[in-house]
Amino acid sequence: MSTEAKPVGSLGVAMKRKEDPRFIQGKGHYVDDISLPGMLYMALVRSTYPHAEITSIDIGEAMKVPGVKAVITGQDLVAAGLGWLPTFHGLDKQMVLAVGKVLFQYQEVAAVFAETRGAAADGAEAVQVGYKPLPVVADPFTAKEDKVILRADREQKTNHIYHWEVGDRDRTVQALAASPKRISQRIWFQRCHPAPLEPCGCVALFDTMGRLQFHVTSQAPHVYRTALAIVTGIPEDKIHVISPDIGGGFGNKVPVYPGYVCAIVGALKLARPVKWIETRTENLTSTGFARDYHMDVELGATAEGRLTALRVSTAADHGAFDAAADPTKYPAGMFGVVTGSYDIPAAHAEVDAYFTNKAPGGIAYRCSFRVTEASFAIERAMDILADELQMDAVELRRKNFIRKEQFPYPSPLGFTYDSGDYQKTLDTALEKIGYKELLAEQAAKRAKGELMGIGISTFTEVVGAGPSKHFDILGIKMFDSAEIRIHPTGAGIVRAGTKSQGQGHETTWAQIVAEELGLDPQNIMVEEGDTDTAPYGLGTYASRSTPVAGAAIAMAARRIREKARKIAAHLLEVGEADVEWKDYTFQVKGVPAKSVTMKQVAFAAYTNMAQNEPGLEASYYYDPPNMTFPNGTYVAVVDVDRETGEVKVRKFLAVDDCGTIINPLIVEGQIHGGLTEGFAIAFMQEIQYDAEGNNLNTNFTDYMVPTSLETPHWETAKTTTPSPHHPIGAKGVGESPNVGSPAAFVNAVIDALSPLGVRHIDMPLRRDKVWRAIRDAQARRNRP
Amino acid sequence: MKVNVKVNGISYEREVEPRTLLAYFLRESCGLTGTHVGCDTSSCGCCVVVMNGDRAVKSCTMFAAQADGHEVLTVEGLADGAKLHPLQQGFWDQHGLQCGYCTPGMLLASYALLQQNPDPTEAEIREGLAGNLCRCTGYQNIVKAVQQAADALRQPVAAK
Repeated sequence: MSTEAKPVGSLGVAMKRKEDPRFIQGKGHYVDDISLPGMLYMALVRSTYPHAEITSIDIGEAMKVPGVKAVITGQDLVAAGLGWLPTFHGLDKQMVLAVGKVLFQYQEVAAVFAETRGAAADGAEAVQVGYKPLPVVADPFTAKEDKVILRADREQKTNHIYHWEVGDRDRTVQALAASPKRISQRIWFQRCHPAPLEPCGCVALFDTMGRLQFHVTSQAPHVYRTALAIVTGIPEDKIHVISPDIGGGFGNKVPVYPGYVCAIVGALKLARPVKWIETRTENLTSTGFARDYHMDVELGATAEGRLTALRVSTAADHGAFDAAADPTKYPAGMFGVVTGSYDIPAAHAEVDAYFTNKAPGGIAYRCSFRVTEASFAIERAMDILADELQMDAVELRRKNFIRKEQFPYPSPLGFTYDSGDYQKTLDTALEKIGYKELLAEQAAKRAKGELMGIGISTFTEVVGAGPSKHFDILGIKMFDSAEIRIHPTGAGIVRAGTKSQGQGHETTWAQIVAEELGLDPQNIMVEEGDTDTAPYGLGTYASRSTPVAGAAIAMAARRIREKARKIAAHLLEVGEADVEWKDYTFQVKGVPAKSVTMKQVAFAAYTNMAQNEPGLEASYYYDPPNMTFPNGTYVAVVDVDRETGEVKVRKFLAVDDCGTIINPLIVEGQIHGGLTEGFAIAFMQEIQYDAEGNNLNTNFTDYMVPTSLETPHWETAKTTTPSPHHPIGAKGVGESPNVGSPAAFVNAVIDALSPLGVRHIDMPLRRDKVWRAIRDAQARRNRP
Repeated sequence: MKVNVKVNGISYEREVEPRTLLAYFLRESCGLTGTHVGCDTSSCGCCVVVMNGDRAVKSCTMFAAQADGHEVLTVEGLADGAKLHPLQQGFWDQHGLQCGYCTPGMLLASYALLQQNPDPTEAEIREGLAGNLCRCTGYQNIVKAVQQAADALRQPVAAK
């Protein structure tokens, strides 16, 4: 063998992404790029009313539109046994096309199939639907009254979907009553929408073998395959789901949407491929929204600021169908992480969910299920309590942090936090941002009546769903998987059950394999998203990929290393027990000069394997023993214009602890992106419905997402507390910034306004709301 | 109706409906799927292409018929064979993309920006790209990418 470079590690290497060449040359392969011979286009007819009886559907005119091939309605689907599809949470189901009545504005009513995109749109406009309006239930509090029952299809005639609770209610209520200091606050985390730049869509066709080939923007292709098999009755081996390149997911592309089912029905009925790509308006008005939690938070403490109890009671607005993509046992997701980074002796959390005349959901938008709501609630409550105690918000947190020695820490709401060093992360952040100097500056500015705010968020979240003991989606446990095959020349391929929508798996998964096997990550190909070839996985969302699939990849690689060791022993002419893996090579124990590389072993696996099994391949299905608990300290510095309510984010520092880092470039990019979404949620993103059920934010001129102009500059830093149970010590990170940052922004603005006596403003902190809060506070001041 | 558009130096003569948008003409009639569609209100910028050498336009807000007789540069025309344009290299080096969906529009908008302003400040870059949304990167590395490309483009071309 020629002299090769010494194998080196790949963890922690900021290598450029391997997937980028195709994207920068416009050669990405997104679902709308697919064009097949004979392909038809589908357009959906949608309800203009939020709640109405359907009195008639007339497709006559639509069928006359040139190019229109077919129109299907809800009745057609019911006849085929496809009127309803199960939601991922399993507690509810969703109408595919409306039958009898519509339950939210923009609900799917009919599907039109035509030769061209234009003809399909023309056909959809020509479908005539008669509506008889019904009274609208516009919010969960009205829903709770059960005066107008929305879901006649359900056994229990109530708008109440479920009640969930965790913790010790009596103990918590008593502890709060006995607490010398207590705050209570209604905190609403507004309805918002992930709005990935690529809308949802699919291309469906039945091939000559009778298989359904389903190209679709899915964050969880295997789950789709199984769900489609159950819903359609097509045997699972006859379904091939392919997730191509996906232009952003953020949870929006986890649910199965009615449009997908309609496209499949059209492809079957018309024996031609059918493409359906939704418009931005359809995306914002009908696909998975997020949040919409009205939380009543009570936090108690001693006079010195030691927390005594936390109680949260939430009304959740799920829209017309509970299309939440939560694990079965967790209808309110991981909301139980609401005790956050604090050691609170008594806690109780409960969620009551309601149907309303709004789009169905909610999904986990760039977060682990419901942890953003939980994190926001506790971090706001801590600031409100600090204000009540007239204590520095940082000191209150420090006093109550879970201490390093307490890990693994059993929280009163059922989680066992794996690791963290909150004091260190906080200290790192405060030092980096110059907290003392900022406080001095703030005091000086306050003396002049200027509104400067410093906001802190010291969050802990929980990701990596999840251990089979507790987690399943539609019954399928939330493990994940990897298959690795090393080729004769030392290159290889890894296939995983996850599906990147921009997170960089083609690079990071290669880095894990390369690290474990001492190979070149440039020559490890990564494949995801094709259910014919990828091992079964639960997909990518809720920051679970590195915790679960990343672990599977490491474990599969270690299985390969074990096989390779046998061959190495043969090559080195020693017993297996005398071979050790050191410095990324197989060495004879005590004689490091006698070594072989994995590359040499790979070649031998095919050419000179002696009595060992030929080839070099392994797979691993990983059932995580626990979730992982990334955490961080975020600090926001804002200046608020008294006259206009405009908030300028002057500085933002994110110190994240996500355990072992695979690729620092990618991690930093994820943090930038997550902080930007947190910023957007704090200041501008909202899907509002008026009292009549009209959706007021239906496109990008009304649903505000930030451009490069508004987006602040992000400073990032890290501390590293590896996860003790993860094979490479990694946790998740992509969503932490979206989880932890909204509270930092809001805490900062409220801090800026605190001299005026403003205690809380619900997000988004639009300029007019901030201005109004200032003006109202001043009016209160001026009242005699 | 027939339209004839020169895209990346090649003439495409195609039959289209009058209402065909330039974005779909490029994607479907020319088979150049690098230009993307992300919204229905010309807000997102995924569809940005460069007209007649220096003007960035949102191709979802033009009819193919309006481009008849004109020249269009799309993302597929940026590289010189295998040699990446400095902007493409910048985006790759600086991790200025994640899902890649906004990237073609960002590249072309940056291209037009640098034509007008070869040495932009960060603030000028952010303002120049304010018509292009990105949901993944938070824009920070995109700014770095454009800065790298601007520096590279201002270097005198090396003698062969």
